Amino acid sequence: MKYVDEFRDARAIEAIATELRTLVEPGRHVKLMEVCGGHTHAIYRHGLDQLLPDEVELVHGPGCPVCVIPMGRVDDAISIAERQEVIFTSFGDMLRVPGGRRRSLLEAKARGADVRIVYSPLDALDVARANPDREVVFFGVGFETTAPASAVAILRARTLGVRNFSVFCNHVRVAPALRAILDAPETQIDGFVGPGHVSTVIGTRPYDFIASEYRRPVVVAGFEPTDILRAVAGLLRQLREGRAEVENEYGRVVREEGNAAALAALDYVFEVCDDFEWRGLGAIPHSGFRIAAELSQWDAETHFEVPGARIEDPKACRCGDVLRGMAKPYECGVFGTACTPEKPLGTCMVSSEGACAAYYAYGRHRSAA
Amino acid sequence: MSEVVTLAHGAGGKASRRLVEDLFLDELRNPLLEPLSDAALLSANGTRIALTTDAYVVRPLVFPGGDIGELAVNGTVNDLAVSGAHPLALTAGFVIEEGFPLDELRALAHSAARAASAAGVAVAAGDTKVVERGAADGLYVTTAGVGLLDPRVDLSPTRVRPGDVVLVSGSIAEHGIAVMLARGDLRLELDVESDTAPVHREADALCALGRQLRWMRDPTRGGLATTLNELVAGCDASVVLSESTIPVREDVRAACELLGIDPLYVANEGKLVAIVAPRAADSALRALGPDAAVIGEVRADDVPMVLCETPFGGSRIVDMLVGDPLPRIC
Repeated sequence: MKYVDEFRDARAIEAIATELRTLVEPGRHVKLMEVCGGHTHAIYRHGLDQLLPDEVELVHGPGCPVCVIPMGRVDDAISIAERQEVIFTSFGDMLRVPGGRRRSLLEAKARGADVRIVYSPLDALDVARANPDREVVFFGVGFETTAPASAVAILRARTLGVRNFSVFCNHVRVAPALRAILDAPETQIDGFVGPGHVSTVIGTRPYDFIASEYRRPVVVAGFEPTDILRAVAGLLRQLREGRAEVENEYGRVVREEGNAAALAALDYVFEVCDDFEWRGLGAIPHSGFRIAAELSQWDAETHFEVPGARIEDPKACRCGDVLRGMAKPYECGVFGTACTPEKPLGTCMVSSEGACAAYYAYGRHRSAA
Repeated sequence: MSEVVTLAHGAGGKASRRLVEDLFLDELRNPLLEPLSDAALLSANGTRIALTTDAYVVRPLVFPGGDIGELAVNGTVNDLAVSGAHPLALTAGFVIEEGFPLDELRALAHSAARAASAAGVAVAAGDTKVVERGAADGLYVTTAGVGLLDPRVDLSPTRVRPGDVVLVSGSIAEHGIAVMLARGDLRLELDVESDTAPVHREADALCALGRQLRWMRDPTRGGLATTLNELVAGCDASVVLSESTIPVREDVRAACELLGIDPLYVANEGKLVAIVAPRAADSALRALGPDAAVIGEVRADDVPMVLCETPFGGSRIVDMLVGDPLPRIC
């Protein structure tokens, strides 16, 4: 824990907070997007937004992997999970996400579906090996952060000849989502706190277009208080100096070129889809992964027919605006009333990394102020 | 489609609360049950007694630092103790699966007996039922207990005042993490032991503070966060914790960090949290021993809630969880 404490040191944090005040230009409002749900969570958990100068506004990005899965896909997952022969495995925080009829995997489990929480797709593969007479499906969710683990599980299943294991693939790519946000005329983001975990895999180069084409600075950051505040300082410094570059504050973990082995696994196992539908953001070109045709044996969608219905987001819910940094959670009409962590209407309220859930859990005592 | 019970209803958070209030309290409503505290307080021939019951379902049945036998005794002793009662006698019911090895059952009964003797209380009545294989996760235990209320104290959330001090008797989150690790799903190798222990001595020492002791609880399922939220619901003031003062062992903190779980929500089985008048804080600390700490205070507030102040001047809400804390994707 000493390793973590260093990044939560009160004096170091105060020093950066003081520096931030020297970096803002009076009267110039700066809107920075933290792309990653983990950042959103850390910001509220540690109360970091309270340490920022008034001129700096942090808005939340599309980087909560749970939040961007459309309801139709959750229904598809439930329909697979409800099959007699299936053991459906998933990361924990997908279990509470409601589908189209506000039903979740947790409820499907209560009604008899064999749904199990795993910590890694490789654990799901172990479940398959231990239950050769059942079909074990892993709910593949997440950015390039978790996608390599799904890829490795598929490759290992092939090596071991495990044929009762498959992945229901919903993995997504972060860069196309950022481009979609930059292309939307109504979103005016001055700079990006770049995602941490996903950059350990893809490196920092995939963000170069943000600096070169859109002239916006990016600072990739870790998840500790000093990480996030240093990234904000880096962005303010670039804006002040009129620079737009990709900087890496998370150098202790992230390399410019990423993780070659993980990237190779992604490249081998997945193909980029023409289109993937994101909850709240709609279809984004080239933003999703699907399992390559030659590995279709391990693709759940080749074994199980799913309803595949497209379900509109609830009209009252402004998840889309929240995910694009256009609305704060508390500006949504149903926040905290019709939509709470207990009965979430929008996915931003489900995962602890979702902007609305993080705000509801940690910060709603401040929205009135 | 009609609603069904999900695991979230059993996690001690908002869903559990809703199940208890909207269904059980609704059907069974009476003045003794209504406060929904750890133990019901009643009078018999002028003697004030506390009555409590609890069911124990834990997997694995034996975990580092304890087992279900010991846990079932300590849990009920503690529910009585934090209600300000001296435990008099317990009952125990065992629901056992067919096929359960007798020597293991004897070991669990032995450990229940040892715990009872350590707490100075007898298991005075019991029951056994055997069910089919697979129907009871090996073994379920229920215990109930009666205790004599200490006349020196009057414990209630309504007696908590702004300015009062919040104390905890030792480091938190050990039981929950020990059990999670013992299940083996996480493949983390850490030597964390459950803190299962009776807290009747600490509770008794605090009772010596008389009316300056406002309220006590043992923060079991749902952890310190859930217990304090239940307090806040009944006392009309906020509890403000100071994050850096909450004792958490280094290895427990590391495990929580890895799992993305806040130690405030993790179960304890041998700790108590108490609210005392500010001038009694030092005596309370002395009564609780060297591991105890003052972790926060009660503040007047328009909207009562549990808040946590970070070491660098930020603050956050410590809400009641909906269900179990679910490990995050990344």
